[in-house]
Amino acid sequence: MTLNLSIHCARQTINRLTRPDMTVFQKKLWIGLIGMALLTPLGLYLPKIAGSDEAWGEWRTETIAKMLGYVPEGMKKIANLWKAPVPDYNFGGEGTSSGVQTAWYMLSALIGIVAVVLVVYFITRMLSRHEK
Amino acid sequence: MHIPDGYLSPQTYIPLYGVSAVFWAVALKKIKKELAHKHIPYLAMAAAFSFLIMMFNIPIPGGTTGHAVGAGIIAILLGPWAAVLAVSVVLIIQAIIFGDGGITSIGANCFNMAVVMPFVSYWTFMLIKGKEKTGSRFYIAAFLAGYAGLSAAAIITGVEFGIQPLIASAPDGTPLYAPYPLSITVPAMAIEHMTLFGVIEGMVTALILKYFIRNDPELVYSLRETDNKSLDEA
Repeated sequence: MTLNLSIHCARQTINRLTRPDMTVFQKKLWIGLIGMALLTPLGLYLPKIAGSDEAWGEWRTETIAKMLGYVPEGMKKIANLWKAPVPDYNFGGEGTSSGVQTAWYMLSALIGIVAVVLVVYFITRMLSRHEK
Repeated sequence: MHIPDGYLSPQTYIPLYGVSAVFWAVALKKIKKELAHKHIPYLAMAAAFSFLIMMFNIPIPGGTTGHAVGAGIIAILLGPWAAVLAVSVVLIIQAIIFGDGGITSIGANCFNMAVVMPFVSYWTFMLIKGKEKTGSRFYIAAFLAGYAGLSAAAIITGVEFGIQPLIASAPDGTPLYAPYPLSITVPAMAIEHMTLFGVIEGMVTALILKYFIRNDPELVYSLRETDNKSLDEA
């Protein structure tokens, strides 16, 4: 089911991206974006190399507990409200090997592109349908 | 800058959902009216670009991390309303699929990065470039647009964090959500974005604008707007 859905989404995206009316410039831009997607692991490793931590104000509750000595009550209630399917662009969680993390990070970039492209096309299609 | 679940009180995130919803509705209307069919692929690419650039976490050695957002260059190339839509789609996907930013804080994150940022960037660009269509003033305007947009978004985010202890504390004074006061949150967000991440956002904005001016200047929304305005005046 999930596999079928992902194949369908990938096919839709490819159809969108290989439209015959795509200009040379647009093709170039897409190649650039795919190149960017392949480079995204830099965004995973540069912070590790530099010894940098989580972004300011985006601490996990465990980090908050260390910083404050407690987790604020309201925060405790809603912090883990949502279980994202690919948390932190890394399906395997914290403990996975760096190879797996790299693969997931890159794959997340591709999943992200497919998802946002489909949503944008869906929205613009709805808008032009209403016109008729 | 992606506020997670649990940092904002309902008194903050519910109104911000409302504000963002108003901007989404106007953005859809504007796009339906103004966005040419041939520009739709660029809107999709803009969203993909914004998604990707946010994955490039930039470290402050030994400190925190941050990233560019891309909303400024999208606003310059496709217009601020197109940027509202493209970046909102990105932020919603990031929250739902990747847990980057909370579900309750989607409205707030969209307000900061997909509303405040593109409009501040766009106005900065239009104001500083004047009637220039190339040259140093034009690209300095683009740099400052990206810089000011990201900095403004960061400061607003800092304000949202900082007002939490004021509006949502337990009777004994312990904070219920984001724990730090404005005097900590605003400088923390402002300094890191105004010294590093904003500079990178500015450079990305200017470089990409240069690439588009060289390859497809007709596309650039802000130039068309300037032309329309001077036609109106004439």
